[in-house]
Amino acid sequence: MNISQFTTAASDYAVKVDRLFYLESVIAGLVVLLVTGLIVVFFALYYRGSSTPRGEVPERKSREIEIGWTVATLFSFLFLFWWAASDQLTALAPPKDALEIHVIAKQWMWRFQHPSGAREIDELHIPAHTNIRLAMTSQDVIHDLYLPALRLKQDILPDRYTYEWFNATKTGTFHFTCAEFCGTDHSVMAGSLVIMKPEDYARWISAQPQADDLAHQGEALFRSFGCSGCHTPGSTVHAPDLHGIYGHAVQLADGRTVTADEAYLRDCIFLPDKNRVAGFPPLMPNFSGSISEGQANALIAYVKSLTTNRAARTPNASPGQRGGSPP
Amino acid sequence: MTDAALPFVPPLDVRRGSYLDEGHTILSWLTTTDHKRIAILYALSITVFFLIGGVAIGLVRLELISPTGLFLTSDEYNRLFTIHGIIMVWFFLVPSIPATMGNFLVPMMIGAPDVAFPRLNLLSWYLYVGGAVFTVYVLLSGGVDTGWTFYPPFSSEYSHSNVIPAAIGVFIVGFSSIATGVNFLATIHMLRAPGMTWFRLPLFVWSMYTVSVVMVLATPVLAMSLLLIVAERLFGLPIFDPSAGGDPVLFQHLFWFYSHPAVYIMILPAMGVVSEVFACFARRRVFGYGFMVFAMLMIAVVGFMVWGHHMFVAGQSPLANLIFSFLSFIVAVPSAIKVFNWTATLYRGHIGFEAPMIYALGFLGLFTIGGLTGLFLASVPIDIATTDTYFVVAHFHTIMVGGTVSAFMAGIHYWWPKVTGKLYNEFWAQLAAITMFLGFNLTFLPQFIMGWLGMPRRYHYYPDVFQIWHVLSSGGAVILAAAYLMPLVYLTWSLFCGQDAGNNPWRSTGLEWQTPSPPPKTNFLRPPRVDADPYDYHDFGRTEETGGEARARPQGEA
Repeated sequence: MNISQFTTAASDYAVKVDRLFYLESVIAGLVVLLVTGLIVVFFALYYRGSSTPRGEVPERKSREIEIGWTVATLFSFLFLFWWAASDQLTALAPPKDALEIHVIAKQWMWRFQHPSGAREIDELHIPAHTNIRLAMTSQDVIHDLYLPALRLKQDILPDRYTYEWFNATKTGTFHFTCAEFCGTDHSVMAGSLVIMKPEDYARWISAQPQADDLAHQGEALFRSFGCSGCHTPGSTVHAPDLHGIYGHAVQLADGRTVTADEAYLRDCIFLPDKNRVAGFPPLMPNFSGSISEGQANALIAYVKSLTTNRAARTPNASPGQRGGSPP
Repeated sequence: MTDAALPFVPPLDVRRGSYLDEGHTILSWLTTTDHKRIAILYALSITVFFLIGGVAIGLVRLELISPTGLFLTSDEYNRLFTIHGIIMVWFFLVPSIPATMGNFLVPMMIGAPDVAFPRLNLLSWYLYVGGAVFTVYVLLSGGVDTGWTFYPPFSSEYSHSNVIPAAIGVFIVGFSSIATGVNFLATIHMLRAPGMTWFRLPLFVWSMYTVSVVMVLATPVLAMSLLLIVAERLFGLPIFDPSAGGDPVLFQHLFWFYSHPAVYIMILPAMGVVSEVFACFARRRVFGYGFMVFAMLMIAVVGFMVWGHHMFVAGQSPLANLIFSFLSFIVAVPSAIKVFNWTATLYRGHIGFEAPMIYALGFLGLFTIGGLTGLFLASVPIDIATTDTYFVVAHFHTIMVGGTVSAFMAGIHYWWPKVTGKLYNEFWAQLAAITMFLGFNLTFLPQFIMGWLGMPRRYHYYPDVFQIWHVLSSGGAVILAAAYLMPLVYLTWSLFCGQDAGNNPWRSTGLEWQTPSPPPKTNFLRPPRVDADPYDYHDFGRTEETGGEARARPQGEA
């Protein structure tokens, strides 16, 4: 293993983080030098028994000194905060049109699902110069996907989605690992991040074992779990139509309005009583235990596809199936 | 100056009646309500736990010499660093200075015969012992593997170790902190000697006051959150269980709402100790006394508002991250001011190189390094890159351990003649102080470097590219261990063979020195009166220069 698998700054953001780190290192170094220098000088001049004359420091002057260095410290800290925060703010907005990869962490391995349906374990291939958005969840305890080369880290929580996004600029093989203590084999819950040229990635992904893409897998699950029995326009059961729902506001029975994002859709499957939609009876069964995190990702990908290409897909439901009800 | 200016310097023959002679049986110690004896009970107990916690991390550092481990399983490794954290935080660092020096010195520094609630004081030690019993049980029955942070759902559902007894141990020892805090608050408010106004309090007493406020307000939150973990583990109460709609991040908020102020519980007393030492060994009034007081108060208050900086990657909103980042930069301002003030205290002094001063300078160096790396971690992008790596490990050890233990040692040496009436061996003490500073830096500077390079914390096996840094760090740990053990030897030796110290070997102006060493049971032979500011070394120096009597002009004048 080579240290560059950790230290290479593989994105523009990582370069910025490094720059901030070096800036603060210089400032820290200067302060250490200043304090050490003063101590050495004072010791040299005023050690016990030295003949250097001593006198009082005038009270007024010492007050001005105090105020002076308080204000100076405050302003230099505010400057650092401003620099750090502005770096952070530009990285805050999630990119539009990102390649979305699902990450499922469990004791002690990583699973990745590409939008094409390809799956990987403990290895993640991604194209460079492409916005990547990782949607992550855990099957057990809290984990943390640490990508040293991208200077990124994000906790991964059970029953919730967290996200990391980046745009890598360097190709190569890098290290990734778990950074939140998760039990016995925490220290070996690691893998390789392979950043490829976009054309190489396209070649790689097409060479993967053929599978339906995530949304198509979701469509199949949507039928096999019986969701389609209710969530189809014209169904006899009164359940919300899922077309065009993703990313839009939903009025809930308790008066709240929420945006139907991935977290919301996930809750609808696993905790249906948490966010009941206004105007629908509480019929939706709880699928926790019977639907896995990976299947939930596929289902959510399918529901999202109902919004992004509404015309293209319409679930072909067989009316006899039962099961799903409105969230 | 007439003799009337020295009302507390007692006749020599009073010395036989020291607090140490009030009873020599074990029972007399276990039932004592004398704050000085309770301080010694605490000092002995925290030393035992410091050694246990030290052995645990010694094994960890030995194991980490090899990237694939030497002699531990991963489960054993996880248990060792957990017990190290639990013991060092709650059974050593939190009680270290307040329960020992605070107990011994707060009444003496304000001119009181004891703390306000002597029996509560004894109870606090028994609570400590009660918590310690649980922790020893955890240790003997196989340990606990959650890390000292007890994060659910790992601690509540997945860990197969002794989480419940460990949490109960910490829960109980928390009440010992609360009892000590309440006691100090009452003591400082009610029992100050005539003339001891708030702004004549030595900075050590101010540090005990602020730390007591933090202990009393923050520790109950820890107790509550640990109780919820126990309830979830025992009875399935799903407060933190996300599959039932609970929230594991809520625990992190509660935990850090205590545990960030806990860092200040550890460092504020250290600030108090070195303020005393700098003044005494530079023979100067502490520069900017008023600013020092307000800096401590501001740290205590703002310290309650920065807990979220432990959670920048925990799934907290980006806006919350920015606010906590801002407040973390703000809380660093008073710390920086204190560093400048201590440095300026040396200006125009008569600086001595005795061991307490060397330890205090070690504190200053480590506190500065630890504080500056705190600025790195307050910057959200750098924190995201380095949190949960060795960079953070090195940062908080430098502050909490480097800073606090250096100050603890400075205080132990400075007040050793006060407590025991004996002088320790100056040469060995100076050697230990220098060794400790070098050993500490050799242990933790490599950790800063490998953390920035990407070495995650709590790793049993690690990529071999980091081995060189781990080996350096383990080598430093050996030196550090030697520096920690040396005082045990020469201080113990001084108890039996040390020279008599006299009442005030440092010629300090502190009120605690204006009475015999070791002090009598009631601390003072006559009720003290105070009518001068603390750190009156300037006048003292002038008296000395003009050939006056080389004895302290006390801050108390009749």
